[in-house]
Formats: sequence, C-alpha cells, structure tokens
Amino acid sequence: MTVLEPAREEARDEAGAPASPRIIVAMSGGVDSSLAAALLTEESFEVVGVTMHLAGDASRCCSLEDADDARRVAENLGIRFYVANYTSEFQREVIDVFADEYLAGRTPIPCVACNKRFKFDYLMERAEIFQAKGVATGHYARISRDPASGLFELRRPRDLQKDQTYFLFQLDQAQLSKTFFPLGELTKEEVRERARGLGLGTADKPESQEICFVPGGDYAEVVETIRPEAAQRGGEIVNGQGLVMGRHPGIHRFTVGQRHGLGISSSERLYVIRLDAEARQVVVGPESELAAEGAEVSEVHWIAGAPPRQPIRAKVQIRYRHGGALATLYPLPQDTVRVEFDEPVKAVSPGQAAVFYEAPPSDGDRGERVLGGGWIRG
Amino acid sequence: MRIYLDHNATTPVRAEVVQAMTQTLTDVYGNPSSGHAEGDAARARIEAARDAVARCLGASPSWVYFTAGASEANNAVLMGLLEEGPGHLVTSNVEHPSVEEPAARLESAGMQVTRVPVDEEGLLTPEAIFAALRPDTRLVSLIWANNETGVVQPMEAIAEGLASRGVRLHVDATQALGKWPVDLSRVPADYLSCSAHKLGGPKGSGCLVARAGTPLHPLIRGGPQERRVRGGTENVAGIVGFGRACALVSEELAERMLEYARLRDRLWEGLEAKVGEVRRNGSVEHMLPNTLNVEFLGTAGEVLLQALDLEGVAVSAGAACHSGSISPSHVLSAMGLSPEQARSSLRISVGHGVDTGQIDAAVDLFGELVARIRRAGPA
Repeated sequence: MTVLEPAREEARDEAGAPASPRIIVAMSGGVDSSLAAALLTEESFEVVGVTMHLAGDASRCCSLEDADDARRVAENLGIRFYVANYTSEFQREVIDVFADEYLAGRTPIPCVACNKRFKFDYLMERAEIFQAKGVATGHYARISRDPASGLFELRRPRDLQKDQTYFLFQLDQAQLSKTFFPLGELTKEEVRERARGLGLGTADKPESQEICFVPGGDYAEVVETIRPEAAQRGGEIVNGQGLVMGRHPGIHRFTVGQRHGLGISSSERLYVIRLDAEARQVVVGPESELAAEGAEVSEVHWIAGAPPRQPIRAKVQIRYRHGGALATLYPLPQDTVRVEFDEPVKAVSPGQAAVFYEAPPSDGDRGERVLGGGWIRG
Repeated sequence: MRIYLDHNATTPVRAEVVQAMTQTLTDVYGNPSSGHAEGDAARARIEAARDAVARCLGASPSWVYFTAGASEANNAVLMGLLEEGPGHLVTSNVEHPSVEEPAARLESAGMQVTRVPVDEEGLLTPEAIFAALRPDTRLVSLIWANNETGVVQPMEAIAEGLASRGVRLHVDATQALGKWPVDLSRVPADYLSCSAHKLGGPKGSGCLVARAGTPLHPLIRGGPQERRVRGGTENVAGIVGFGRACALVSEELAERMLEYARLRDRLWEGLEAKVGEVRRNGSVEHMLPNTLNVEFLGTAGEVLLQALDLEGVAVSAGAACHSGSISPSHVLSAMGLSPEQARSSLRISVGHGVDTGQIDAAVDLFGELVARIRRAGPA
C-alpha cells in the first residue's frame, strides 16, 4: 500500500522501532475519558479519540458541548478525533427499550445495554476497521488475566466509590481481550489531579450522575414522550390483599421500594412492593413485605464464558449503589440463575441487573472479580 | 503525505494569492476610506480586485459588492426581501443552508415559499421553475452547481426565461465559480453570490453581484464602504486575494476543467474496477468536472471517511454539523435516495495539486478500506 506505508514510516521512532499500535479511546468530554486518552498517549499509542453521538442534542452526556470539550482535549493531546453518530441505533436499542421496560412494570438500567452495545460492540467494530488493537474508556474497572486458564477477568477498580463494574458485566472474553481501562488503578481525586497537571480543560468538570437522556431526572416525562399512551394508562393502587387504596396515573411512574408520591394516606408507612403491568396495579405494603428471600435472574452472562456446574457462593449486587448481599447461586437451564440471599434483601426491583461477584474474593488486592450477571425478573 | 480530495469544502490557497495578500498586508496598511496616500493605495487595490472579479464573472465592476463570503451574500439577498413586504419566493429543495435557512425564516415571517423539487439525477427543469411562478413572485433563488453532488443546473435557460418574464433571479454560484463557466453576459441573473476560498482564494472573502438597478438592502449599516451596502472597514488583503484568485480562473478555467475531469474520471474508473458495488449520484452529463458523489453499497460513509482520514485521505460525507456528527444529506434525500443510501455516500472532489499518483493511491486505499468495512458487517 503506497499510502499506508508512509503513514507507518512516520510512526516509527528514531531507533526504527515498529509503529506504535493504534487504539481508540471513547471520549465523552468528561475528565475520566480525557485522562484515559492522555495516559495512553504517554505510552506511545497512536490514540484516536471518538465521541459517540447517541441521544438528541438536548441530552446531558451526549450534547454537542461535551463533544466540543472532547475535541478540545484531543487537540491539546495532538490526537485524531471523530464523532461517531449512533443516534438512530441508540433510540431503538436504548431509549425505546427503556420506555417499554417502564410500561412493563420494571425499573430499567439503560447504562448496561449502552455500555455493552455502544461502547463495546459498535466501537470495537470501528476499532477493527481502523485496525486499532482495541478500545479504551474512562471506566473505573480493572481487567486481568488468569495465567492458568488464559481467561480475562473483570475486577472492581481501586476506587470503590467510582466502581462501574455493575454496568460492564455483559462484556465477553473477546471484548475484554481488546478493552483497556487506564483508570482502574487510580482514584477519582488522582484522576482530577493528573488532569489538572496536564492542563486538560475538563479537569474540574462536574460529574454526570443522571441517565444521559433524562436530563432533569424526570424519567416519567421521557417515557410519556416516547410512548404517549403511557399517560393514559392509570390504574389502582392496592395492598397485598387486593384492597383498593387509591389510584395512580400510570405504573411507569413507580419503582419497587418507592415510598413517596403514592398519594394515599395510611396509618403505617407504605412502600411499592410490586408492579403488575397487566392489571395496571401498583401493589403497596409495609416495609416488611419489601424484603425478598431470593430472585430469579435471567439472560445471565458469565464472564468466563460458561456457567458454573454446581451452585456457588457469591456476593450479589442488585442495583448500582448497592453494597452487595451474600447469596448462593443455583444455575438453571436457559441462562437463568436462582439467587437465594443469606439474609432477606429489600427492594429487589425487576428490570435492574443482578451482578455476581466472587465471594469470598480470592485475590482482593486486585479487586473483587465479577463472575457474571443478568436481569432480575418480576 | 496527505491526499486531499475535498476541494468542494475548500481548496488550498494558491501561491500567487498568498503572495499578493502578503504583499498587501505588509505594504498596504491604509484605510481605504482615508483621504491620504496610504488610503488611496488601499482603495486602488480594492478597485483593481473589483475589476478582476467583474472580468471573471462577465459583470460590470460597479455590480460587485465585497462581502465576507457567499453565505453573507445569500443572506443579504434573501433577507432583503423582508424590506419589500409579503410575497412569494421560488427556490429548490437542494439549496445550501445559507439559502434554505433564510428562506425558512422568510416563511415564518409570512412570505410564501415554493421549493421546486429536483429529479432523481438532481436536476431542475426550466419549465418546472417557470410553472412555480406567481404574479407576486418576488425572487427565484437557485444554486447553480450543487456543493454535494456537483450537479449543474441549466442556469442559462432558467435566467433567460425569468428575464423575459420580468422575474428577478439570484444564483448561488459558490461551487460553480472556478470549475464551470460563469458568465453574466450570457446568463442574465440579477444577483450572484460567490466565495473566494472555493477557487484558491482566502476564507472570509467573497462577493455579491447585483446588476445595476436591482434593489439592494444594506446588511451591515454604519459606513460608506461598498457604496453604503456593507459598512465596516474593508478586508483589504482578503479582497486582494479574491481578485487574484479570480484572475487565475480567467486564465486557467478551460485547462482546469479538462485536468479535473481527467482526474475525476480516472478516480471513478478505478473505484468501479477496484472497489466494486459503487453507484454514482447525480447527472453525469450535467456535473462539475471535479466532483464525484459515490454510494459505496454496504458501508457507512461516516466510518469510511474516518478510516480514510486515518490513512491520509480526506473526503466528505453528508453535511457535518459543528461537532462533526454526520447526518444524511438532504440533497441526496431530495434525489430520492433512502437514508441508508445517503449514509453510504461520499463526496470526493479534486482540485489544484491533485495528481495521477494520488488518485491511484487513493483508489487502492478505497479498495482496501471498503472491503474491510464490508467484512466487519452490515452498515
């Protein structure tokens, strides 16, 4: 290739060492991915920054301003930068699914599908086309490799406050082999300090906490925009015995464990226990009814590639900010797992992910290992 | 090392232009409105440039008003209609945003707008334009050569027909100038917009041509410059550069058209032979000699553009928004392409400095990268 060869020539250093490998960095315009890109340039990778344009321009994390921030960082680092437009795929595979999950009485966690499909499947495909060795992101997580089996392992990061492994449990071996998490050994404070030291414009940018396409946190409004019929689907609020306690404007406005906004008066504190999409009922009850002995988890993905042959012990995390509960996992047919908690666990919400961590951890210093995970069924 | 095939976006500034501008910036610092020798020197440069631009366009120098480019000139003509009260505007559905957005603004201000559709080759017929006219039609505004497809409209016939009907015509000649004969002595348009940077001149410089007697409403008030049509101290070096670029067009146009067509046709033949499953968008017979708009079946243009860029080749895909995110081209959609077809299409445009070796190298790279993308899966 007459054009490729000169490009490779240029990438050689003075001693004539081979060209530095190309790598894609998913840049959101935040401090984490900015520093991830900076760290890789220091290691003489040929870094290519990519911002994924996912949701419409009004949204928070995918807005044009963020793309501009990412572009400025890329310019400072002297790396190529592109915007990858996946708005129609994101609408179809993430936003519409998010709305449908609420209508089905579940509490979705769109960030899992977004990470798996977009930051990994789609970007990995682009990396292959760009002949890059893989994709790096600013996630707080670690990847290691078991010397005996050769299998890749996903582990919690050093900064447990920022741990994002909950969103990454669907990564498979092929993806893990080409994924790089340069921030796995750093704390958020260290990331900010280093970003400041490097003069990155995003060093002190505030954290994004919300779901990116739900800017004000009003997810019910988003659901009603996408599925206008949701607003016409009011129903009854009932207790565990089927007694009608009041009415509600649509089950998409409720989440298991929710206490406020029920609009009913009662002598005891009532919580949402269950959502019945078919009967359009919100089932409420006292806190004691909120606790679950176990849960059925479907579409389970195992990081190692295959399910364990017999029941195993694990720590199960049932939502992003949950500390995890010790449990025994019983593998069932069809990628399903029956989770039995040692102690009852409150507010196990259908639609959220249940992520399994090794318990007790065999090598805690390198971060608790993710075994796999799936979706909590109702 | 880079192979630049995006000359419709902009084309490198010619060495002769750089020289003329540098000399102006260095030696001619006077304000053209001043009544002393330094001012006179600057004013003389502007008037010499005006003569060069007018000669290139087949216009009278007194019709030329320098602006910061064609977008400003387009806005000046269209938004000027607001001064004339309600009425009707005829345009097409393949205009540049600097005509389409003012047209939409006029529409929301109460003006009626007819957007004549192009056919599947991207062409307008004079008859369709004439059929859209109404007694209250104030203006017809049309792009001469399309920026995305290079399709050239039958502007001489349209202009003659409109002149005989007494309807004013504004022509956006931004892409045509420098690649196609633009001669107002043969095409009786009332207004014409163009930009220096599409023909080897600097960015931020261009002009509006308005025939004597056609209404013109100041876009920038506040000074005597450009006969009170555009206030503000002139961009002297930019105007000089524009004039020099126009003089080069006058000298070289016939030769350029032949050379561009040779390179473009070699590129197309190479793509057909080495890439395969490619389709040309736009009328082959009525097209700028330098432009090729190609659908690469089964590939996403955005990915191909980025992969080419990483290997050193610059092309264009659709309309890039400010952040660089690409949405399907409204021009290709207007020609009846599906969103998928539009997304699979790239614009490749040659210009000054491109040679045969670069074309052949680019063809090889297209072959390799398109194959890689098609292997990676459906677009």
